[in-house]
Amino acid sequence: MKGAGKTVVALQGVRKAYGETVAMDGVDLAVDEGELLTLLGPSGCGKTTTLNVIAGFVAPDAGRVLIDGTDVSGTPAWQRGLGVVFQSYALFPHMSVADNIAFGLRERHVGRTEAAARVRDALTLVRLAGVADRRPAQLSGGQQQRVALARALVIRPRVLLLDEPLAALDRKLRQEMRAELKEIQRAVGTTTVFVTHDQHEALGLSDRVAVMNHGRIEQLGTPEEVYERPVTAFVADFVGASSVLTGRAAGGHLVEICGALIAVRLDRPLRAGEMVRLVIRPEHVALGPAGPNTVPAQVAGVMYLGDHSEVRLELEGGTRLLASVRGRPAVSTGDRVYARLPEDAFLEAR
Amino acid sequence: MTARAAGIALVVLLLAFLTVPSLVVIVMSFNPTAIMAFPPHGLSLRWYENALTYPQFQRAAVNSLIVTAAGTLLALPIGTAAALALVRHGVAARAVWAAALLSPVVVPGVAAGLGFLILAAGLGLLASRWVLIAVHAILVLPFVIRSVAVSVANLDPALERAAASLGARPSRVFRRVTLPLLRPGLAAAALFAVIVSFNEFVVSLFVSTRVTEILPVAMFTYVVNYTDPTMAALSTLFIVATFVAVFVAERLLGLSRVFGLEGHSHAGPSR
Repeated sequence: MKGAGKTVVALQGVRKAYGETVAMDGVDLAVDEGELLTLLGPSGCGKTTTLNVIAGFVAPDAGRVLIDGTDVSGTPAWQRGLGVVFQSYALFPHMSVADNIAFGLRERHVGRTEAAARVRDALTLVRLAGVADRRPAQLSGGQQQRVALARALVIRPRVLLLDEPLAALDRKLRQEMRAELKEIQRAVGTTTVFVTHDQHEALGLSDRVAVMNHGRIEQLGTPEEVYERPVTAFVADFVGASSVLTGRAAGGHLVEICGALIAVRLDRPLRAGEMVRLVIRPEHVALGPAGPNTVPAQVAGVMYLGDHSEVRLELEGGTRLLASVRGRPAVSTGDRVYARLPEDAFLEAR
Repeated sequence: MTARAAGIALVVLLLAFLTVPSLVVIVMSFNPTAIMAFPPHGLSLRWYENALTYPQFQRAAVNSLIVTAAGTLLALPIGTAAALALVRHGVAARAVWAAALLSPVVVPGVAAGLGFLILAAGLGLLASRWVLIAVHAILVLPFVIRSVAVSVANLDPALERAAASLGARPSRVFRRVTLPLLRPGLAAAALFAVIVSFNEFVVSLFVSTRVTEILPVAMFTYVVNYTDPTMAALSTLFIVATFVAVFVAERLLGLSRVFGLEGHSHAGPSR
């Protein structure tokens, strides 16, 4: 799917501020034909504003929006021909499901027979036959979500924009809809921009992920790239909850971290005395006795999560380190332990 | 239990306090004599006959219907636009606008009436019914804005964005989405406007002539000159008319919806 080549949506140096708050601080982005690109980030990072700028709901202060190479910065939303699914679904409460889906077709003056057929096809696509005459209020959250998707797809949009479409669903349904959403997007092949704050959703659904923070894109890459090779401490922390350790190079491969000498293998040689920021994933941190490449720590908290547990550790000087261990760990809050940090588990962060 | 009994007694007293004056007027209206005696000696409909056949009342009733209908129809679109602007769009100096638009509620009727009188005289429109219509539209505007504003605040902006993304130009979005979803607020606004306008007296007194005067003004003039129970009969008709209006509104729309107590999600029984 990725790298089909042709750019469908392009943002060039887009800025948007709300008063003092900068929502988009010079965003450049290119979405390729047929791909599903996710904007991932915490609330307030500018991901929804970015979506709204593409949709035409929000006018940027500076920069350009291009669709198929044409500058649409001045084109109102109703002329852009994009499909949008909202977090609240935004189904028209005074219309039946069928009329909701047919809304865009009526605006396009599609004939009655053709419109009815397309509404039927759209309902089949989202597996919702038999509710055409109901009101949105009579549907469950998952069903409303499908109607919203059908309504956006039935107009055959150039781009599908999804604003946290799964956020309002409960966990189980969210996982089902995530899989189904991916299938549907594959089936119709529509270029899609998806906004979420959920890293699992982003990693599981996307062809590419743009991790956003403070109105900027920190990293843009495949799910594997942003998870395995985060380029900034923020990405490492947000995608996969990695810990960031600051150390001083002590010659060779050795780095002094919180009072311990740790061997670290990076893809560049270290100059003795330089400060490095190292990223390590919780699943790479092991608890055990003192030994090579271990650092003394105190357990600050344990959270049992079924198949694994999260152990929050505090190192010398208050540095935090997160470890993920299988099952229930043999330590409890307050214990003094050693955390083993494998030398090839480190990444360097900007 | 005594606290409960005391509570019930208080409620009964309050209800009595609210309804007894109306009940006295209704009883008096059936008085057979020209003197307002209480309790009445017998039953008669002669004052109803007098009220309904008195030419000045007939003319005033027609005036009232015209002024109330025209004033309400004028205030609804203006008030809806104002409510949308105040709630939705970042209007500059919003507080000033809101205060100005809602001021008819707080400005004393006598002051407003005098102002309108001077203005109308200056424009040479003293004899025109349009002055009365404009005055009523202005006076009911705060009620219209308040009612519609509740519906606007309940309206998810994403609905209008959704309509736009589906290809609807702004005028179409308004007609197909915004307006239908504001219907409960508009119905409440119309009901308030009609009741307020139909009962308006103080300001109307200043800008009415013998030809354009509305029912409350005609009733006042009558009371100044005569003391028979005609007024009680007319007041009874007034009370009944108001009750019928509220009852019809309740049956057609449901008062809970009219007053915006229920959400907008179940709006409209049919398309």
